[in-house]
Amino acid sequence: MEAVSNHEGGPRILNSLSSRRLPEENPSLDKVLSISNLTKTYDNGYRALKGVDLAIERGEIFALLGPNGAGKTTLIGIVCGLVRPSGGEVLVDGCDIATDYRAARKKIGLVPQELSANMFESVWGTVTFSRGLFGKRADPAFVERILRDLSLWDKKESNIRQLSGGMKRRVLIAKALAHEPEILFLDEPTAGVDVELRREMWEMVRRLRDKGVTIILTTHYIEEAEDMADRIGVIDKGEIILVEEKHALMRRLGKTRVTVGLSRKLDAIPPGLFARPLDLAEDGLSLAFTQKGEDDSGAGAEPGLADLLKQLAARGIDFRSVNADRSSLEDIFIDLVGKSR
Amino acid sequence: MNWIGVAALYKFELARTWRTLFQSIASPVLSTALYFVVFGSAIGSRMPPIDGVPYGAFIVPGLILLAVLTESVSNASFGIYLPRFTGTIYEILSAPVSAIEVLLGYVGAAATKSVLLGLIIFATARIFVSFELVHPWWSLAFLVLISVTFALFGFLLGLWADGFEKLQIVPLMVISPLTFLGGTFYSINMLPTPWRKIALFNPIVYLVDGFRWAFYDIASVGPAISLSLTLAMLLICVGLVIYVFKTGYRLRT
Ligand SMILES: Nc1ncnc2c1ncn2[C@@H]1O[C@H](COP(=O)(O)OP(=O)(O)O)[C@@H](O)[C@H]1O
Ligand SMILES: [Mg+2]
Repeated sequence: MEAVSNHEGGPRILNSLSSRRLPEENPSLDKVLSISNLTKTYDNGYRALKGVDLAIERGEIFALLGPNGAGKTTLIGIVCGLVRPSGGEVLVDGCDIATDYRAARKKIGLVPQELSANMFESVWGTVTFSRGLFGKRADPAFVERILRDLSLWDKKESNIRQLSGGMKRRVLIAKALAHEPEILFLDEPTAGVDVELRREMWEMVRRLRDKGVTIILTTHYIEEAEDMADRIGVIDKGEIILVEEKHALMRRLGKTRVTVGLSRKLDAIPPGLFARPLDLAEDGLSLAFTQKGEDDSGAGAEPGLADLLKQLAARGIDFRSVNADRSSLEDIFIDLVGKSR
Repeated sequence: MNWIGVAALYKFELARTWRTLFQSIASPVLSTALYFVVFGSAIGSRMPPIDGVPYGAFIVPGLILLAVLTESVSNASFGIYLPRFTGTIYEILSAPVSAIEVLLGYVGAAATKSVLLGLIIFATARIFVSFELVHPWWSLAFLVLISVTFALFGFLLGLWADGFEKLQIVPLMVISPLTFLGGTFYSINMLPTPWRKIALFNPIVYLVDGFRWAFYDIASVGPAISLSLTLAMLLICVGLVIYVFKTGYRLRT
């Protein structure tokens, strides 16, 4: 999608990729959430959001990445009704969060960053309460299904205060899903969560997505965004600095380090071997080069691995291994946020 | 209106009473029973009737109010302070419920508890002293009005408080002294003139006086004034609550 920022001095990363799902000519049809020029200045004068524009597509998993204090929780807080915006507009499936808050909020489920639950209630009681609070008629069968999906069924009569941190997190997810929201916000859902729960949580997120629920998550763990998300947004210091489809982002901003292991030691790179910078390892046993994206060769542009291998063969230099190391989203992220500092 | 949401909040708040049954019902009933034993039976038997009402019966309306006022304030203030303190308020703020609906849930539940408590204490009082209600419907009306007013006040207190101390201090250091001085154990007509004038600044005097009128048809300031002032207090609290919600005070950042 398009983005994003053109403030003075900041990065200006624009891209023209159109979405996979959305026809370009109908840009507002399937936006389940549209945020425009959203600002937030806290009472102490701190500008937590400085004009955020963001559009979320129906049914996608969107990961919002950003360092601590970037404004992720503030952004989610405004959409969900916890924080009052200072300016701008938010439409949830066409419903304005200010003028049509009932319709907007019914569509949203929120799993907050902090673990806060009514400690003296039972799991069953608190999830049933959440459903009622959002105006949905009691539906024990539905609540049962949620609790089973989240492996909470055995614990349904337990007092929340007796549960472990991971279990409490599950309860919060169950509460957020109790009113069958169309959009689920997960604010740092895996912070302090064990591997097992993390895996289960991602399974659940995928299942929800398969049912058509839109998922917006923030996370510190960039590998998670890399595994899970369809699209990625990067926020820093209250500004969205990039929104892009994940694979496109990796292609565009990622790098691949290609290493060819040699059978025999090479003392120097033969002149004219390869038309781009090539590194010879100190032990003389490998050659390496870096290319943009996953593979930027072809179409007559830059020479790629295939050219290198042909050249090596032509010169009688034997090789025994080829290795390609893709840079992670994390590298890209650090690069981006680093640049805007 | 999201009536299902209101019902969920209301039920949740009432359920909290059952979890804290001793604190919210048993303990006020016990302390009121002690007052009846000490003041009603032991000391009261040596006191002359006031305005024709035996002393033991005379103190009943004031004692009911003493418990109802403090419990309305504590219940409603804890009800809203607790989710603010634990962070669970996020769910209420993100739910499709309006300010009025939140208020109906919290204040409705707190007032319900207070009315029930009032009725229980009333029943308890009948064990110790005998009396007849002259205006039963008016006494119920006063009880409901007063419960709602002080539950609203408690709700405001729960929003304003930034620690448990303040929650406890107000009922303990403000409401109960004012109720004691508000003619629970005496008629303000018995006070010497300067003190009588000063007592009239205590709003609780009017509540006790009106409530006692409904019981025995005796009054120091008169039921019309009592009723008007009770309604005025209710309106002030409603106004403050509306203002608080409009500005998002202490709820939304
Ligand atoms: N209630 C508040 N008052 C003042 N500043 C706040 C408040 N809440 C958050 N902030 C500030 O706003 C910035 C963004 O916070 P937040 O949205 O929580 O960031 P993130 O979730 O990305 O870590 C931070 O610098 C934080 O200190
Ligand atoms: Mg955060």
